[in-house]
Amino acid sequence: MPYAVKRTGFYALVVLIVLFSIFPFYYAILTSLKSGTALFRVNYLPVDFSLANYEGVLTNGVFPTNILNSVIVAVVVVAISLFLAVTAAYALSRINFAGRGLLLLTILAVSMFPQIAVLAGLFEMVRWAGVYNTLFSLIFAYMIFTLPFTVWVLTTFMRDLPIEIEEAAIVDGASPFTIVMRVFLPLMWPALVTTGLLAFIAAWNEFLFALTFVSNNSTRTVPVAIALLSGASEQEIPWGTIMAASVIVTIPLIVLVLIFQRKIISGLTAGGVKG
Amino acid sequence: MANVQAGVPPTDKALDVEREGPRPRSDLSRQRLRSAWLFLAPMLLVLALVAGWPLVKTIWFSLTNASLSDLEGAEFVGLRNYWEYVDYGDGEGEYFGLLFDPQWWNAVYNTVYYSVISVAIETVLGLVFALVLNAEFKGRAFVRAAVLIPWAIPTIVSAKMWAWMMNDQFGILNDMLMTLGIISSPVAWTASPDTAMWAVIIVDVWKTTPFMALLILAGLQMVPGDVYEAAKIDGIHPVKVFWKVTLPLIRPAILVAVIFRALDALRVFDLIYVLTPNNTQTKSMSVFAQENLFQFDKFAYGSAASTLLFLVIAFITLFYIKIARLDLGGRGN
Repeated sequence: MPYAVKRTGFYALVVLIVLFSIFPFYYAILTSLKSGTALFRVNYLPVDFSLANYEGVLTNGVFPTNILNSVIVAVVVVAISLFLAVTAAYALSRINFAGRGLLLLTILAVSMFPQIAVLAGLFEMVRWAGVYNTLFSLIFAYMIFTLPFTVWVLTTFMRDLPIEIEEAAIVDGASPFTIVMRVFLPLMWPALVTTGLLAFIAAWNEFLFALTFVSNNSTRTVPVAIALLSGASEQEIPWGTIMAASVIVTIPLIVLVLIFQRKIISGLTAGGVKG
Repeated sequence: MANVQAGVPPTDKALDVEREGPRPRSDLSRQRLRSAWLFLAPMLLVLALVAGWPLVKTIWFSLTNASLSDLEGAEFVGLRNYWEYVDYGDGEGEYFGLLFDPQWWNAVYNTVYYSVISVAIETVLGLVFALVLNAEFKGRAFVRAAVLIPWAIPTIVSAKMWAWMMNDQFGILNDMLMTLGIISSPVAWTASPDTAMWAVIIVDVWKTTPFMALLILAGLQMVPGDVYEAAKIDGIHPVKVFWKVTLPLIRPAILVAVIFRALDALRVFDLIYVLTPNNTQTKSMSVFAQENLFQFDKFAYGSAASTLLFLVIAFITLFYIKIARLDLGGRGN
């Protein structure tokens, strides 16, 4: 095959991959900018530029509250799991103790848990603790997937740091807690940003727990709110509004992912944890 | 959790680390040991509360007659939710329970079908994406960024976006396929029994191929460049190099990616629940369990379904840990 043909073929494949990846989201943006009956004409290029759907979703109803709920839950979940994971990862990566391998194995096993397996038990617990229909139930429940993941990735990261950085502090008689806070934490910002971001995305996107533990419209998080957006009647699905809401909750994620692209890729592959 | 923990022998490496233990300990190492457990305690407590205890309770509920309105009054009924023979007398009787429920087996079939097909397509496509991203060309950074976008989009949003694109009357997918002459009349992708499962698979492939591609790409980048140079000098055809050199070298990376994806696919819930609600053709094991737990007021029965799904996934996880021979001992200090 001549070189030019091969090259054209390769670039055609590249274009195909890019189109396949971005077209659906492009089309969602395009739909969200349509209004009225324009919605029901198929267009491949933007023809309309109406912000009515955005105005509708942000001013009517509880969607802004839903966004706030999602932000609160995701931020608190990330903060708690990073705090618990940093000290745990230090113990798991830098201190030799009996049962360490088994412990790591258990943590890995928990990260593979199907959420449905704990749903019944968690539901009982949530009701018993009186946090049904509150954001506390979600903050607590989300630990099941963010905590094992953050511990696992931070342990991998800390294990690869050279021993010398700790030696001086040990000789100076620093306590383990001081070592974690003063020696390791400053070195760990890249890993913390990556794991924090991945945990944030996981918490932001979660659906099953959010659907089960909250039944009040104004306490819901964004994914459930979007899934339940409906029109005046069964037949009247408000596609324009749904697309506007979808674009609003997705744009921040895409921006974050594009900014931290490299970090996310290394975090995903180093941790080898689910997407 | 208890099952997993008890069933897994620690890897050889981890055992080595533990055997190093009994050497004379100084005050310092004793202090470090104490703080190790102090550091681990909060994390372990949270995991026990959020994973261990609820799992035990779910299994317990599956052995009772619990109902959503009366969880406290649940009574032990043995394995009746899984398997029960009701004798009608005169040698006649009938089997009941999850293991004899055609709807449950339908959900099992759907889940396995969905998992096998979607993971297979994602592996092949992911490999293609990874090979493209591994080549050097202008605009590679842009393509890599574009490929990440589906991964970043929440599953619910992907489901809604595709539901709109697959809309039977106004969807762009039908318009595209009809313009290209592939179909002659509009298809109700998400509602029709023939296409509903394929709709789910298409959306899943779109969303998850990037993840697969990234894991395989990481494997590809570890293949040393001189391997390719040697093959080039020997004048070996690139296709042959791919099958004989590249593929065997990245096999472990592919295997890990496949197992991670398969575990994820087996517990699928969001996508199916939102894209094809109340459709027998796509109902997965997780959807079956959730419906019984919270919509049909068959809490104990739903718990039994959850427990069975857990057992399947636990079994595959053990298998994975065994073949991956993870480096759990680590280098440590």
